[in-house]
Amino acid sequence: MAQLFHPSTNPFSKVSIAGLLALVLTGLVLLFVYWRSPYLTGQSVVRAQPVPFGHKHHVEELGIDCRFCHSSVEDSAYAGIPPTETCMTCHSQIWADSPMLEPVRASYRTDQPLAWTRVHDLPDFVYFDHSVHVRKGIGCATCHGRVDQTNLTMKGASLQMIWCLDCHRGPEASLRPREEVFNMAYGGASEELRRQLREQHEVQSMTNCSTCHR
Amino acid sequence: MTETREAAPVVAPGHDYASATAAISDVVLRRKPPRAWFVTFGLGFLGVLVLFYTMGVLVLKGVGIWGVNIPVGWGFDIINFVWWIGIGHAGTLISAILLLLRQEWRTSINRFAEAMTLFAVACAAMFPIFHLGRPWVFYWMLPYPSSTGMWPQFRSPLIWDVFAVSTYFTVSLLFWYVGLVPDLATMRDRVKNKLAKVLYGIGALGWRGAASHWERYETAYLLLAGLSTPLVVSVHSVVSLDFAVAQLPGWHSTMFPPYFVAGAIYSGFAMVLTLLIPLRKLYGMGDFITMRHMDNMAKVMLATGLIVAYGYGLEAFTAWYSPSDFEQTLQRTRMHGPYAPFYWSLILCNVLVPQLLWFRRFRSRLAVLWVISLVVNVGMWLERFVIVVTSLHRDFLPSSWGMYTPTIFDISFLLGTIGLFLACLFLFIRVLPMISIFEVRTLVSPNKERGKGT
Repeated sequence: MAQLFHPSTNPFSKVSIAGLLALVLTGLVLLFVYWRSPYLTGQSVVRAQPVPFGHKHHVEELGIDCRFCHSSVEDSAYAGIPPTETCMTCHSQIWADSPMLEPVRASYRTDQPLAWTRVHDLPDFVYFDHSVHVRKGIGCATCHGRVDQTNLTMKGASLQMIWCLDCHRGPEASLRPREEVFNMAYGGASEELRRQLREQHEVQSMTNCSTCHR
Repeated sequence: MTETREAAPVVAPGHDYASATAAISDVVLRRKPPRAWFVTFGLGFLGVLVLFYTMGVLVLKGVGIWGVNIPVGWGFDIINFVWWIGIGHAGTLISAILLLLRQEWRTSINRFAEAMTLFAVACAAMFPIFHLGRPWVFYWMLPYPSSTGMWPQFRSPLIWDVFAVSTYFTVSLLFWYVGLVPDLATMRDRVKNKLAKVLYGIGALGWRGAASHWERYETAYLLLAGLSTPLVVSVHSVVSLDFAVAQLPGWHSTMFPPYFVAGAIYSGFAMVLTLLIPLRKLYGMGDFITMRHMDNMAKVMLATGLIVAYGYGLEAFTAWYSPSDFEQTLQRTRMHGPYAPFYWSLILCNVLVPQLLWFRRFRSRLAVLWVISLVVNVGMWLERFVIVVTSLHRDFLPSSWGMYTPTIFDISFLLGTIGLFLACLFLFIRVLPMISIFEVRTLVSPNKERGKGT
């Protein structure tokens, strides 16, 4: 009987065994990487905004406190996006004719709020409360990154569940005194201080499903 | 249709290597498929379409299209899952345990039973996945480095199920395929179509029948048999723990694992008989699947059926003997409650009717045997219905009692998987030898030593 496969096809059979395995493994690794990539999480990706607002200029260069605009961050779940009036406190006087700020003035004139593109958007099945984090001594920069040093706003973290849990499983690593919460450049508390803060603010490791998925 | 059983051989006399090889491989390679093949495959394919439709509606609308609700949160989906998994138990039992026990009569039916196992497990696996409600995230049940930072709940028997069933499927598939390799080579050498030759050739992995090939083959096959042996008992034990770990009366029992395993083998053999009796006649395989096989399988059914009957007895006894009000009430509800007809049909199908198998004249009558096997299949389905539904429909508080009525989608999902099962099985018969050719050759070998297996 004639040979079905020529001997030159032998390497194919061997390569295909290793190749299939490699293909599956590569596929899994790619999926793993893709799932964590900024392409999917939006971390460090600048989104288009109606006005190119720069945190670096307002916070670092001008020294405005976070709470001047995000006024409800200490008392409510939502940190708050400032109404156009807050912008106009200054911009009715400064850069009052800048074409870049025309949408702000238009919003003020027409009483239509600016439609900012939300950057930190948690899924609807996640409950998150800013106030409790602030009160227990988690700094803004811990989650949002060095907002004072970025020009256009971007996500400071992936906001994936593993990122939440990383902190929730050992929260004392991120604690700082309450008065340092809004200090963007805070260097980190000593171990001794963190233990004290944990005691003082009764910080617990909250990892029950229903802590966030209510 | 009576055939004498006296000294029925494992292979009918008068066969040699060539005639055995031709008889089995010609079904695929030379003979036109009989009309019944087209009819059954067509019916199966119709079932597959029904299955696709049901799945489509299910994915679009959610599990609300089923009859399940609180308190009966497990309905047809779990019943059918356990039923199919149980049917999938004959394959490994025949291939692994009977191989290790050197029961050479297994040779003619192991290929078919293993294929049946694979398709049954595939049907079974669909139910828990679609029961999830969001089947597209089924992989959350696997432990992998996920972006949620969570492991599956390893203390839940539902996760053990994932491992048990996927291991079982993988090992069964490997076992089946390794056993196929020498036969694929035979097919490669006999087929005339060029494309089919190449495909069989790839599947045969370059098998030349050299002594070194056979040596490696024997080692691999024995190792796989050893691997699958514990799986025969582990899979359905784990499935039973889905129930036994829960605190419900009627479920929370240490008896469940052995009781489930016996039931699984019972239903597995019933399904093998249900399928083999007509197929044997259709393809004239009576020379290889002889009355000896029918008789042996009937005996296995009788034995496992008695274990299952003992299980029913023990359930009732435990409830009666226990001081637990809930256990006793549940047993009374089973026997006299709204689902009592199911319970008594189950006793009829699984306990009373199979007692006919004690008698040789029934075992040797294929028509009777076939009807009994069908009855047992129905009975085993009813058993799972009684276990799942009766324990759930009477909650601890009478205010939470409720009834379960399946909807048309429950029924179409079950019929759909039966269709898928039939379609797969008939495709298998069409393209692969349904009986292990090379193992039958060892049985017809003129210098075969008696009592030695493959």
